Amino acid sequence: MSPDFVNIYVMPGLFMLLHIGILVGAVLGGVAYLTYAERKVMGAMQRRQGPMTVGPFGLLQPIADGIKLLSKETIVPTQSNKPVFIIAPMLLFMLALVSWVVIPVDAKLVLADINVGILYLFAISSMGVYGIIMAGWASNSKYAFLGAMRSASQMISYEVSMGLIIVNVLLVTGSLNLSEIVLAERPLWIQALLFPMFIVFLISILAETNRAPFDLPEGESEITGGFMVEYSSMSFALFFLGEYANMILMSAITTVLFLGGWLPPFGIESLAIVPGVIWFVLKTCGVLFVFLWARATLPRYRYDQLMRLGWKIFLPLTLIWVVLVSGILVYTESLPN
Amino acid sequence: MFVQYAKSFLLYEIVKGFLLTLKYMFFMPRVTINYPNEKGPISPRFRGEHALRRYPNGEERCIACKLCEAICPALAITIEAEPREDGSRRTTRYDIDMTKCIYCGLCAEACPVDAIVEGPNFEFSTETREELYYNKDKLLENGDKWEAQIAANLVADAPYR
Repeated sequence: MSPDFVNIYVMPGLFMLLHIGILVGAVLGGVAYLTYAERKVMGAMQRRQGPMTVGPFGLLQPIADGIKLLSKETIVPTQSNKPVFIIAPMLLFMLALVSWVVIPVDAKLVLADINVGILYLFAISSMGVYGIIMAGWASNSKYAFLGAMRSASQMISYEVSMGLIIVNVLLVTGSLNLSEIVLAERPLWIQALLFPMFIVFLISILAETNRAPFDLPEGESEITGGFMVEYSSMSFALFFLGEYANMILMSAITTVLFLGGWLPPFGIESLAIVPGVIWFVLKTCGVLFVFLWARATLPRYRYDQLMRLGWKIFLPLTLIWVVLVSGILVYTESLPN
Repeated sequence: MFVQYAKSFLLYEIVKGFLLTLKYMFFMPRVTINYPNEKGPISPRFRGEHALRRYPNGEERCIACKLCEAICPALAITIEAEPREDGSRRTTRYDIDMTKCIYCGLCAEACPVDAIVEGPNFEFSTETREELYYNKDKLLENGDKWEAQIAANLVADAPYR
């Protein structure tokens, strides 16, 4: 091997593998401790203590849960479509991880700094529906099928308004590249203009990740667990990991689009001593807290209410906002080039 | 009408709900306890595991009057008695089947000498059924183990009898 070959292909390749390893490790660790945080936060909000037994303050609980899930028996229903049944959770989990390549966790610290990052994210998150539909279909169970139908229509409905919200952000920043979106200058009046969209985006990501109060696809009280009913052991764990990884991903996207990514909060320069990664993680955790907070606060929506909210309120609202924002930008001649 | 629309668009009620849960998270005391490490308070009248008590000089209190056996609604108590060498009437057998016992406390109520009592201990689960057939030795042992607390409880409850 010539030194050129090593310098051009091998070293960057190794570096990239390391980066991928760290990223995947961080996301999976985050998922494990997100489940713990969920139980603790919900416990605290219901005046309980949450897990306390395994390790100090129950800190080893996620590990115990993981071992429990791994050691269970995998059951594949005889009437199911076996290949699809097995592929579905893998697909969902893979898609939840794949999106991370374009998320900039710090300046220059991104695996693929592509110029269509937002479109890529959007394409991947839309693919998630396939995993769910496949799971619901292959299970050959009425509950799983109903859950999958609900999930698919819910995700599609809310993706429309999410797309329009992202258009708002793009109008202001003038770039599809996530790093450039973070770095784009945002005066206070633009932030005020985007704030309602931030709220709508928060609600939409709750619906997009099938979380409470929009967790109808799982609906344990009416359809016993939705598209996951027939899954057990590791295949169930993959769905579970995928759901929580999606939550973290959506929080990270919110951080990038609205909360200024790795930049210190409120534009305070002296806080820049703290590494950007830490700010990024803190902001993401803040958004994740909203997920858990919403779950502890709100009851589940009825299905028609969910659809009404998506199509009759969010869609017109975001459409009007796109017109409003672009009108204001043109009027004040502050459209980015 | 307009106010209602404004309220629903500004998520008035949802924000109120969110603030409520936040208040519960940070400003309300926990209502659960970390059980095996922390324990809740127990009334002096608590009816837990049985014990046979002794007098301070070590003599057992039970005089084998069999009132507890007679009153036991679950027929959990079995007593056999005969005079001891010194002529006093004592039990030779005092068994309580803890699997039959309904913890009603009537035995303790019936006892004229406060010999059989239900103590404050409720953590006596076992792995086999046989271990729950208590005999006289086991009951006396319980009495020795919990005497301090049982005596304190009897004193605390005395004004209400």
